[in-house]
Amino acid sequence: MYGLAMAKGLMVTLKNLTKKPTTVQYPEERVKQHPRFRGEEFVWYEERCTGCASCAKYCPLGIIKIVTSPSETAPKQGDKYRLEVFDIEIQRCMFCGLCVEACPYDCLFMGSGFEQGKYSRKDMVLHVEDLRQADKHPSTFFRPQLEASGYDPRGGRPLNWREVGRESWRWHQQEKSGLRLEHSPVDTAGSQQESN
Amino acid sequence: MPIRTEPMTVNVGPQHPSTHGVFRLRITFDGEEILEVEPILGYLHRGSEKLAEERNYVQVVTLTDRLDYTSSMINNQAYCLAVEKLLGVEPPLRAKFLRTLVAELQRIASHLVAVGFFIQELGAFGTPLMYAFRSRERILDLFEMLCGARITVSYMRPGGVFADAPPDFWPALTQFMHDFAIEFNEFEQLLLENEILLVRTRGVSPLPPEMAINCSVSGPVLRASGVNWDWRKMDPYDAYDKVEFDVPVGSHWDNYDRFWVRMQEVRQSMRIIDQCVAQIEPGPVRLVDLPLVIRPEAGAEAYGRVEASKGELGFYLVSDGGIAPYRCKIRSPSLINLTVTEHLLVGWKLADMIVSLGSVDINMGEVDR
Repeated sequence: MYGLAMAKGLMVTLKNLTKKPTTVQYPEERVKQHPRFRGEEFVWYEERCTGCASCAKYCPLGIIKIVTSPSETAPKQGDKYRLEVFDIEIQRCMFCGLCVEACPYDCLFMGSGFEQGKYSRKDMVLHVEDLRQADKHPSTFFRPQLEASGYDPRGGRPLNWREVGRESWRWHQQEKSGLRLEHSPVDTAGSQQESN
Repeated sequence: MPIRTEPMTVNVGPQHPSTHGVFRLRITFDGEEILEVEPILGYLHRGSEKLAEERNYVQVVTLTDRLDYTSSMINNQAYCLAVEKLLGVEPPLRAKFLRTLVAELQRIASHLVAVGFFIQELGAFGTPLMYAFRSRERILDLFEMLCGARITVSYMRPGGVFADAPPDFWPALTQFMHDFAIEFNEFEQLLLENEILLVRTRGVSPLPPEMAINCSVSGPVLRASGVNWDWRKMDPYDAYDKVEFDVPVGSHWDNYDRFWVRMQEVRQSMRIIDQCVAQIEPGPVRLVDLPLVIRPEAGAEAYGRVEASKGELGFYLVSDGGIAPYRCKIRSPSLINLTVTEHLLVGWKLADMIVSLGSVDINMGEVDR
């Protein structure tokens, strides 16, 4: 009979008429965001960063610019460099997360935000000062140790550099105990990045 | 005495809201009948193949997301298979199952988009599309759990996937599969036997199997033309040799069959996902001995192909021993499926034009690359 299938289709519509809507009114309500979300506002920990520029080399678009200079102590092997420029041109970033994956010291993290509108392109560049002063809400993307702790960047408290990373690096151990690297050259030969 | 008429040439696109992306068709009409069709491409050309030659093997994964942006997981998979073939390595078993699982989820999402827009182009504005997008939204949420992004996923890497699924992924997937079975039943009830849909699409723009094979069409369009050909069966990759599924084949070769084949493939994808969830075992998800910067030996060549949601997607890679591919050729199904446009459209009416184009399910990101 002609129209029978159409009546069946209308039944579906009627059934769904009484259901709750699946959409939300965005600026007032928000859908839940997973901790692994790759967002903007990169979280960067200066204390962990050695200025190795792995992130800059690994970025498919080449939008991370790093300029370093030797720190006040002599730049021995394993010592860290002072960061002068750490610019992320976030207007060209595609949030693939490869910089975070390449970072061997767990110092760069994705953020969790997605709403950043600016009036000029210059304002979109994240400078080293912005990164230093930003609230640190790191995403758990590619950081299993952070994910295991159950941290949620949306709503969680800001984390400091001691809480976020793995602790397998002798340099960090010494930095924590207040030692400078004057007598103990760090063995970097066997220090491959740990795979998750 | 009949009124004297003359053929009229109309430009459809590139900014027409109901074409699929920035695609231009120059069509000559006689009244409502189509006399001539000339597709004009290149409005979305980004030079992905050339860009791939300047990036290392892992960085190219991010470019593949942007080919067919409705099925980025499958693009990742095709590229990673090509690199693995180039290196002669195999990903761990759990990675294979995870890849199969997300590829099938992505196939469902892609087919829902295809079917939703196909119905919208018939004139059913909104309703069926929203039913389709309701389910697709949930799939994208699952992808966000896995890899942190919804569309441009970059989830897979040569040698596996970059991370295991988080613990809350599995309950969410089970819940989704339960809800989606109900939602998809509703979707079928709404559409599959609808008389308006049948009248508008049954018998319209048939594509005979010989024509489809000669034009090297692949994917659901080929299967709707009655050819039983699916790379998941013919040349099983990843974990497809460990799961069971059927290949739906059309019998009338027309627009309705192309729609019907996609609906049936969603059912088969659901079967595959259930089997993957049942068979998956704990283990590593990525080859640990594969370095971040891969250097295959000079002169190595490999062609990796998958059955993407739109057809055979292949990556042909040539290495010169450097960190970047010497050549990366992308065999994109949408471009090759477009070769039958003229055959599908000429002789049919204006109202069927966009519908036939929608039934081929092209994606401009992939056509122009």
